[in-house]
Parts: sequence; structure tokens; C-alpha cells
Amino acid sequence: MNIKDIFHTMDYGKAPESAELALEWLASHNNTFGHHINGSWVKGKEHFASNNPATGQELAQVAQADDKIVQKAVNAANKALPDWQALSGHQRGQYLYAIARLIQKNSRLFAVLETLDNGKPIRESRDIDVPLAVRHFYHHAGWAQLLDTEFPDHQAIGVVGQIIPWNFPLLMLAWKIAPALATGNTVVIKPAEFTSLTALLFAEICEQAGLPKGVLNVVTGDGRTGQHIVNHPEIKKIAFTGSTAVGRWIRQATAGSGKKLSLELGGKSAFIVCADADLDAAVEGVVDAIWFNQGQVCCAGSRLLVQEAVADRFHDKLISRMNKLRVGDPLDKSIDMGAIIDPRQQQKIATLVQAGVDAGASLNQSSVELPENGCFYPPTLLTDVSPSDQVVQDEIFGPVLVSMTFRTPSEAVALANNSRYGLAASIWSENINLAMHLAPLVQAGVVWINCTNQFDAAAGFGGVKESGFGREGGKEGLFEYLKNKPGKSPAKVTAKSTKSKPTSVNLNGLDKTPKMYIGGKQTRPDGGYSYAINDTAGDLICHVGLGNRKDVRNAVEAAAGSTNWSGMSGFQRQQVMYFMAENLSYREEEFAARLMAHGHSKKAADAEVQAAIERLSYYAAWCDKYDGQVHSVPMRGVAMAMHEPIGVIGIQCPDEAPLLSFVSLLAPAMAMGNRVVMTASEHFPLPALDFYQVLNTSDVPAGTVNIISGEQAELCKPLAGHMNVDAIWYFGEDSETVERESATNLKRSWTVTEVRDWHNNGQGSEFLRQASQVKNIWTPYGE
Amino acid sequence: MTGMNIERNPGMGLNLDWIESIQVNKSATERRAATLGTRRSVKKQNQVAWLLKAITLIDLTTLAGDDTEQRVKRLCAKAKNPLRHDLVEALAIADLKLTTGAICVYHDMLSTAASCLKGTDIHLAAVSTGFPAGLTPMHLKIEEIKESVKAGADEIDIVITRKHVFAENWQALYDEVKAYREACGEAHMKTILSTGEISTLRNVAKASMVCMMAGADFIKTSTGKEAVNATLPVSLTMIRQIREYHERTGFKVGYKPAGGISKAKEALVYLSMMKEELGNDWLEPELFRFGASSLLGDIERQLEHQVTGHYSAAHRHAIG
Repeated sequence: MNIKDIFHTMDYGKAPESAELALEWLASHNNTFGHHINGSWVKGKEHFASNNPATGQELAQVAQADDKIVQKAVNAANKALPDWQALSGHQRGQYLYAIARLIQKNSRLFAVLETLDNGKPIRESRDIDVPLAVRHFYHHAGWAQLLDTEFPDHQAIGVVGQIIPWNFPLLMLAWKIAPALATGNTVVIKPAEFTSLTALLFAEICEQAGLPKGVLNVVTGDGRTGQHIVNHPEIKKIAFTGSTAVGRWIRQATAGSGKKLSLELGGKSAFIVCADADLDAAVEGVVDAIWFNQGQVCCAGSRLLVQEAVADRFHDKLISRMNKLRVGDPLDKSIDMGAIIDPRQQQKIATLVQAGVDAGASLNQSSVELPENGCFYPPTLLTDVSPSDQVVQDEIFGPVLVSMTFRTPSEAVALANNSRYGLAASIWSENINLAMHLAPLVQAGVVWINCTNQFDAAAGFGGVKESGFGREGGKEGLFEYLKNKPGKSPAKVTAKSTKSKPTSVNLNGLDKTPKMYIGGKQTRPDGGYSYAINDTAGDLICHVGLGNRKDVRNAVEAAAGSTNWSGMSGFQRQQVMYFMAENLSYREEEFAARLMAHGHSKKAADAEVQAAIERLSYYAAWCDKYDGQVHSVPMRGVAMAMHEPIGVIGIQCPDEAPLLSFVSLLAPAMAMGNRVVMTASEHFPLPALDFYQVLNTSDVPAGTVNIISGEQAELCKPLAGHMNVDAIWYFGEDSETVERESATNLKRSWTVTEVRDWHNNGQGSEFLRQASQVKNIWTPYGE
Repeated sequence: MTGMNIERNPGMGLNLDWIESIQVNKSATERRAATLGTRRSVKKQNQVAWLLKAITLIDLTTLAGDDTEQRVKRLCAKAKNPLRHDLVEALAIADLKLTTGAICVYHDMLSTAASCLKGTDIHLAAVSTGFPAGLTPMHLKIEEIKESVKAGADEIDIVITRKHVFAENWQALYDEVKAYREACGEAHMKTILSTGEISTLRNVAKASMVCMMAGADFIKTSTGKEAVNATLPVSLTMIRQIREYHERTGFKVGYKPAGGISKAKEALVYLSMMKEELGNDWLEPELFRFGASSLLGDIERQLEHQVTGHYSAAHRHAIG
């Protein structure tokens, strides 16, 4: 076409970014890579091709790391650890700063390489991925500097293993590496096998930054390499971003290993458009939600919920916008959508969409012409779907939006939360009352009001439910790479056998069989069995109910159904908890007697009851003080990090300090607004079982606290595996069972196998953090 | 002119339900505006063609107290020959017979401009209705329009009474603009919203819709005399209302950003915005104009760069 023709057609033409520099960089490595370990290249084996998904052409050969290579990387990371940790925060920060500067200097190279390897539009890698990666290193350079003053009670974990996905190869690397290094850990990282190249370039950049050898080690390969990392005994923490299926496997594989874990998994995030929204703005929001990175985004707003009154208009606007999207060569600067990562992924998308259409969905697909070669899929909208459809429930991980309608705000919430996932949500309304009403009700780790897919290093990102746990970014994200400095561990308390037949009966003031407490009522065990509680001399004190899985079920049912407590204000909860402390103090002697029956001296029993009263007051005090934050993100608006209750927490109490440990775990969970299912100390359950009196007399809503007795080994499985329990706290020896079972719904787990000194090390912010989750709500403003 | 046949917007009754349902989210509008220029890039031959198109969309403007007949003659000469002849030859576009879209002046300069432009397709626009403040008596404003049409203007750029917007007195605004439209007769009416003064995007959107209901042929951002004139978020807000009006009534209303657009690169962003949000019809002078005085100079320099490979200088191109 000549100028005059174009004058009439007004076509865009082509505007390709040059791939030259990136191809030169690949050629300088003979298009073949090994692993980058201990500051230099290590020869690889079993090479495989890394392809450009837009053309199908091979870019380079990448190596498959086996167990020996992973061992080599772990050795290097271990060796580097002491010197790296010996540096001051300032010094470590300088390295992060240097890395940020060097990525910036090579920003175009990174962007082009990313687009070649991943297939995402150059606009996105250039304007979003690379600048955000840089931002993460700058931000965390600052955290390194501030670590000693802001986290005086914490220390680094050690060698961390990180496994990242192919959708944001460089950005996810930055999200993982920056906080890990800032907090003094050393790293073994594995990029996804489809997209290893920017990680390898990054390793070279770190060499240039003078990062000490072994602090960062990059090994490439597929899931097998990932398994070597996950299973490696010297790796103390695994950070994973990827599919829920793999995340579940990692949770199971690391169960009982003592490894710390953060999982950022799949999603089916709701995109809620209220009738009073700026519909044109919301249409652009959808473009940024589901047609960003070809929809291959874990937090993609893939479930559109639009209010009936505006549904037809909104769909019309959406379809005409969809038809304007340009799909093609990702290096072209005028392209909105590039290539799908791999033909298998493309096939998976096509299969799911076909299944949706077969099930009755109406298919609206962009009329855009797709390139003949390469791996492309058009922007797609499925309407006439319902919550029972697979396309509505499953993560498609492609440019496919499903749309449903709602009538009222509460129906919007019900539909939004009708998902196993809970990563993000986007809410569009010009009514601040409505938007701020919906944001806390939607189950998600991140909520964007009148915007979508906003990310920043200063704000935490991560999900709830089967979208995983842990946060990346913000102060909340740093805790994922820190552990408490060790406290003193007292000796384990042992109990006499509970299997003995009663020889003599010493009721010691007890004239009944203590019962369990479920839904505000004293209940007998479902199985009709009880077990003997003996005193230190081995004499029977009494029998208590032997709880089974049905008692767990009933208790969880009661807790899940009782939402009053979570809806109360911090001040209201505080009143109740002070009342609990007061009511416990009226019963000081009674509870001391129970402890003495369990073998405490009078002095020890009195001291423990006193400590329990104080602990209740301590957390009553916290009820209205554990504030969230307003993060400083680069936007005219606020990003509020709200502390929310987790929901239902299952808590298994230890034998030590049977009253104080019970109260020390119950009180923070209650203070933050959770409902709980407590299993009493197996061998010393009497103070816990009697605690119902305190609850009954203190206006605690029925179902808020449920207490069962029984054998920990018997109860931990149904409790940890219960799909309606949102977190499990376990203080005992068999953390493996608990963590493995927790994988069912990927609930948060807090397992402590060391014996704790509940008097001196039984309260603090760690407990509050475990009892709450952070929801970041982004609200841009302006008129 | 392209000769595109656009059925003139006849206007409609004031529909307050439409006005009240208008929502504009400022941050979201800004976000979209910020990526308009990064989502589309026009290079090489395509860029040349687009810049040539931009020339045909310019309302070459002089609206200063020190305007004289000689100055306006010079401007008209530039409108007729916007591009240096050797560049026209090098680009092989002589048969496009490129001119700017219009000349835009005060009433006093109309007779001079009309005689200069005789025999061309270049439109002659007059700012009117007590431009720029618009606070002269209503009957004089109506008379002013009629006088200007009589003096040869085939386009009238009116200013709205801003206080009606602040009072949300849409009826008053509608009545006023409808009266202007009647006074215009066959001449096309551009309604200047004075977006820098009515300030919020919500006001801009609502005023846009009221003016279209009252029969505007074009809606135009600003007078060029305000502290803030045409911006991308304001433009996006206005053209989304044009789209809305078109979807609801079937009539196409034109858009004219004025003031503040002086770079070729910005003009390209505006063009891609019109193409993306409204479509190719809004890339033609019947439906899109730039109100600009210095934009043409920068376009000429960019075109010379495309032809020669060397960056150009202002003095190599005739001033208007």
C-alpha cells in the first residue's frame, strides 16, 4: 500500500520492535544454556527447546536440572548464607539497588526477550512487567535497610526454594527474589520450562551487580526439577506460584518437613459491574482484566457479574470493544493480545470453551483475524452460563470471559463467593457506599474498586481459599521470608497412660462427666464412647467424651453457621472478652482445682489461672487495635491493607499448661473475629472442657467457640481435612498428618512441634498475624 | 473534503433520564487515556499518511486581539498550501490536493477570509456568541451568529453559558444551544463546552449530551483561552458521549479538541483514539477537527524528516 491508499484506509500498518539485541544475547550463548550456580555458568544436560510461541521457532536450548544439579545449587546457597547474613541491612540493600539499576539499564533487552519467550505483547513487557520488576527491587532494597529496626524479633529462614510460572517470568522472579534477598535468605530458583530465558539473563545481571556467589542460583527444568527442590531437606522454605493442583501436591510433599510455605495459586476472580458503574470505564477494566497477557493471569477477572439492569447494554459495549482488539505478532507495538504460551494450553482453552458451548453457553468471539502461524486464541465472551457450568467453575487460563447477571448486591456477593478460589475481585460502582460495602464481603486477597490488575511492591498480593496463602509485596509479604528468633523451649509434659482401668475413683470435687461444647450447648460424644483421665498418680479422675469425626463435623457446622461474632465490631468483641476475663476470675478456685487434679501444685495452678485471665485481657485489648495499613502505592487513591478474620479456625491444643495454652490460642483467634473449633489437651482436658461456663456467662454467641475432647491423632485428620475449616493450628507432634490433610482445601496451617513456654512465650503479634488475613483494597479516587 | 455523506444531527427533545444516568470515573478514564498512546504506534509510510490526514483535519486558527486582515490573509494562504511543494512532490500526493479543514477566526475577519478562500473547499468558521466568555445578552448572541453566517461563515463555534452547567440547569443549557442551532441555519454548529472551566469529567459528559440533544453538529472542548484546554481524558469523556448518542439515535456528531495540541505525535494519539473509540468515520473532517495554531508546523517538520531522513527546522516551513 502506498501513502495515498493508507490516507484513505487509515490502517495502522506494522510497528515491530526490533528483536536484534535479544537475539544477539542468545547467540552470545550459542543459543544453549546451562544453569547459573554459585555466580557462574554450570554445564547442563538433557537440553530441551525454548520456543517463541508466536512463531513456533526455537529460541534456545535450555537444560534439565537433575538432583545433582539441585544439590549443587543448594550447596552454593548454603555456603553463601553466613556471609550474606553477616552483611548489614544497608549493605544487602545496596545489592538490591544495584540489581534494580541494572534491570533498568537493560530494560528493553529484558522486555524483548520476555516477549520472544512468552508471547506477551511488547507493550505489556515494556510498560508493565519490567518496570514492576524494577520497582520490586527498589522497594525491597529499602526493606533490607529497615529490617533490623522494623523486625527486631525476626531472622532469615535460610535457603529458600522458589518455583515460578510462565505467565510473568521476570515479574514473578522479582516478586520472589527481592523479598527473599532483602531479608537475608539465599535462593535456589527455578523458572518455568517454557520461559527460562529472562531468569538466565537476570542471573547474568546479578553477576554484574557483584552479588556474592551462591546468594542466587538459577536452575532450569520442568516439574521434575521442581520436585527435587520441593523435596530437598536443606531448603527451609518453598515459595510457589502456579496451578492449584501443583500447589496442593507441594503442600502434601512438604507436610511434616518443617518447611515454611507460601502458595500463590489459581483463581476465577469475580468482576462485578453494578448498575451505577461508569460502563465505558468498566469495559476497559474487562480488557485489562481478561485480555491482558492473553488471559493467562492468575488474578484475571474471568467471571463477569453484571447487574441485570445494565447487562444487555454492557454486553453490547463489551462485544464491540472486543472486536477492536488486535491480536498478532507480540513484538508489534500496536498489538493488544499476543500468543498463547504453548499449543497444549491453546488446546486446553479450546476444549473448555467447546464444553461450555456444548453445555448451552452463547459464544461471542472477536472477529479479529488471527495470524496463520503461531499459537493464538481470539478474545472470547461466553454468556448464558450458570454457576453449575464447568466454564464458570474452572480456571481456563486464557482470554475467555464468562458472564452472569445479578439482581441485588447480596446476590453479587453470593455469586462472587461461590467458588473454590479467592484470589482477587474487581468492583465497579460510582456509589462509594455500595463499593465499600461489597469489598469486605467478597472473599479475596485483593479487591480492586473501579480498577483492575493493579500491582505494586508496597501492597501485598495473594489469595484466600484454594488460591493459596501468603502474601507477596508490602510489609505483610516480608513475614513469608522471616521466622521468629528462637525462644526457650521447656521440657515436654508427659502424662501417665490413659488406658488404665479405674482402680480407685478420686473425683476431687468433680461429680460429673465433663461434656463437649458445640453450638452453645453441652453435648455428648457422637460415638457414645469416653476415655479415662487419670491424675499424676495414675488414678482415674473422671471420664471425658471421646470425640470422633462426626463430633468434628458437628462442631465445624456450628462454627461455620455462626457468623455473628465475625460481624461484630472490635469494640463489641472487646467487651465480651473482658467479660470472659472477669468471669474466669470469678471461677479462679474452680479452675485451679481442675489444674491441681491434673497434677499442678496449688501455686502453679493459681499462677496459670492468673496468667489465663491476663491473657484474655491482653487479647481483649487488641480487639480494636490490630489495625491495617494504608499502603503507599503510586496512584491517586488508597490501597488499604485490611486485617480480616480468616473464618473458621481449627485449633488443636497441646498438653502443656492446659488452661493457659487453651486460652492463649482461643483468645487471639476470637479477638480477630474468627470462630473456632478447639480440641482440648488430650491428657489434661478438664480446664478446657469447663471453659464453656465462662463462654456461657459472657455473652459469647453460640457457635463462636466449640470445644471437643478426644485423641489428638484421631481428631486431627477430620479437622485438618475439613473443607469448611479455613485454617488449622496444631500444637503437637504429628504435623505431617495435619499439613497433608490441610491440602484438601489448601487451608492455612500453623503447626508447632516444639514445646512452648506458654507463660513467657505465649502471646504477641505472631498470634494475631496467624489469626487474621490481609485484604488489600485498591480505591483510586478523583473527580 | 472527502465528500462523506453525514446526515446532520437534527437534535431531539431534552431527555433528563439520559443525562442523570451518566457516570464518569475519573481515574479509570485517565488510565485508559494513558494507554491510548502506548497501545498503538504508527510508523513510516503509515505515519506519513496519518499526518497528511491530520493536516486535512486542522481548523487553522487565529483568535487574538491583534489580528488584522493581513495576518488573516497569510493564514488563509497557509490553509490552501499547508505543505511545502517539494515535500508534496517527494511524497507523490499532489492529487490529494491537501488543504486544512477550515480557517477559524473572529467575526471581524470573516469577509477577508471568505474572499481569500473563495474557490476552495476550505470551511470558514467563526467563533461566536460572545466568545470566549459568552456572557453578552442573548439577543446579541443570536444576532452575532446570523451576522457571521451572512458574512460567509459556514461553521459557527458557539460557547455555552457555563453557569447553567454549575447549576445543573440542563433545560436552560438545552434551550440556549437549540436557539443557537436555529440561528445557524445551514451553517454547522460546534458547541464549545469550555471544559477547563466546567472542570469535572461528569460535567463535561453531561454538557456534551445536552448539546447533542440540542442539535450540535460538533462538540468542542474549549476556547483555547482557558488554563487547561483539550486533554486526552476530557476527549475520551466527550467522544464516549458521542458514541452513546450515536448508539441511541443513529446520528453521528463530530468532535473538535481545541487548544494544547501542538505536536504531531499527540495528533497521532488523538487519531488512534478516534479510530479505536468511534471508528474510521471520525478520522474525516466531516466528523473530526483539531482546533490548533501551531500543530501544522510540527507536522511539516515530521514529514520533512520522513522524506529526507534529517530532522527539520521551523524556519524551513512557511508560517501561517
